[in-house]
Amino acid sequence: MIEIQNISKSFEDKQIIHNISGVFEKGKTNLIIGASGTGKSVLLKCIVGLIHPDTGTVFYDGRNFTDADKEMKAEIRREIGMLFQGGALFDSKSVEQNVMFPLNILTNMSLSEKLDRVNFCLKRVGLENVNSKMPSEISGGMKKRVGIARAIVNNPNYLFCDEPNSGLDPQTSILIDELIKEITDEFDITTVVVTHDMNSVMGIGEKILFMFQGHKLWEGSKEEIIYSGVKELDNFVFTNKVMQSLKKKEN
Amino acid sequence: MKEFGKYLMFLGSLVVRRESFKTYYKLIMDEAILVGVNSILLVALVSSFMGAVTTVQTAYNMVSPLIPKFIISQVVREMTILELAPTIIAIIYAGKVGSSMAGGLGTMRITEQIDALEVMGINSASYLVLPKVVASLLMYPMLVILAGICALMGGYLVGSLTGIISPTDYIYGIRFVFNPYMVTFALIKSFVFAFMISTISCYKGYYTKGGALEVGISSTEAVTTSVIAVLIGDYLLAQLLL
Repeated sequence: MIEIQNISKSFEDKQIIHNISGVFEKGKTNLIIGASGTGKSVLLKCIVGLIHPDTGTVFYDGRNFTDADKEMKAEIRREIGMLFQGGALFDSKSVEQNVMFPLNILTNMSLSEKLDRVNFCLKRVGLENVNSKMPSEISGGMKKRVGIARAIVNNPNYLFCDEPNSGLDPQTSILIDELIKEITDEFDITTVVVTHDMNSVMGIGEKILFMFQGHKLWEGSKEEIIYSGVKELDNFVFTNKVMQSLKKKEN
Repeated sequence: MKEFGKYLMFLGSLVVRRESFKTYYKLIMDEAILVGVNSILLVALVSSFMGAVTTVQTAYNMVSPLIPKFIISQVVREMTILELAPTIIAIIYAGKVGSSMAGGLGTMRITEQIDALEVMGINSASYLVLPKVVASLLMYPMLVILAGICALMGGYLVGSLTGIISPTDYIYGIRFVFNPYMVTFALIKSFVFAFMISTISCYKGYYTKGGALEVGISSTEAVTTSVIAVLIGDYLLAQLLL
């Protein structure tokens, strides 16, 4: 479980995040949603420690991450897997080397053990016979899958995904969403996904935190989202034609 | 001053929370090939022509029959070892290797590869930059030695083939009142320049913000700042050590 308390962040004079608190539950896909520029990715970066918040604290299973020393932070980070928006695969390494990288650095496993683990993870994300390919030789969807394989290779307790569907076709987006959901259930980890894709919200959103202009406006499940009564959330959700027709049907 | 303080803190971050020696060994070897072995041809070519041109121009300026011919190669030796090999090659090194370091790290920054390392609990500055700095410290002095040898060879070949100076006079001039401290001084300069170029270039690349345009700007800044630092360092070292 991850708990955030009163997170705020400003860049120069502009406040991006205003006093956000919330809980991301274990074994669930927790979504942070909102329009572009509302501070979702900044909040995610504050949670994983890539950006230090101006105020507030992040707790990983009760461990204070924000104020921890560098050693403690490194220890917690070794329990984190993260899928970045563009995949963030290392250009100079093959798919196999990319996925094996955390094992090389963070474990003392033998080469055969590492290869077994890499092949298991690649198979788990539906990729086979791509081990020797370079990131530049694979598609956007495959890059995301490799990114997920790298994120889960070291058995993380926490999985973060920053816009996992960006730049993907609808079919591949659904496959990536399903994969994230399956992995969360299978390994019983705390997953936090930042997205503005309504298909993802309605597909895998077990717990949703809605952000608007840096503020948390609503929190709930995908079943409750239609009846939230929050104007900004309605504006965000029902711009989609499918969602509009769903609401009409519900009415 | 704020930028300089940030640079010093960046240097400090290279040596904290390091990875295992085995990890660094492989990275340093890879970097040594990139920055050293892949620069051999360019350095040999530039320094050979540098020596050849210095020989021709020195001979052109020595019009008095009272000055013995071997003075030409003595001048070439002094210029090459003291200044041209460490300093001119440093400028070429900044252009070739420094810009590549800044561009590579800048691209890693904007594509979130550096963030990916940080999220894994790895000190990205130490993991990515330290091997580049160590490889430069190992390889650049060797490139300077190579440059010195190639420059003297270039001068010898051109001097002999054009009849400016006989091979015997050239060799005599090279050995005439030779002070070995000049080589020591050149090597001290090469270590200092290697450190400055690699750290400044990596610093510029590591802190790139924005997109592809900013990566280009970082590369350019890396080269210009490194070259200025090398020239200032060259003057200070000459004042201090000569």
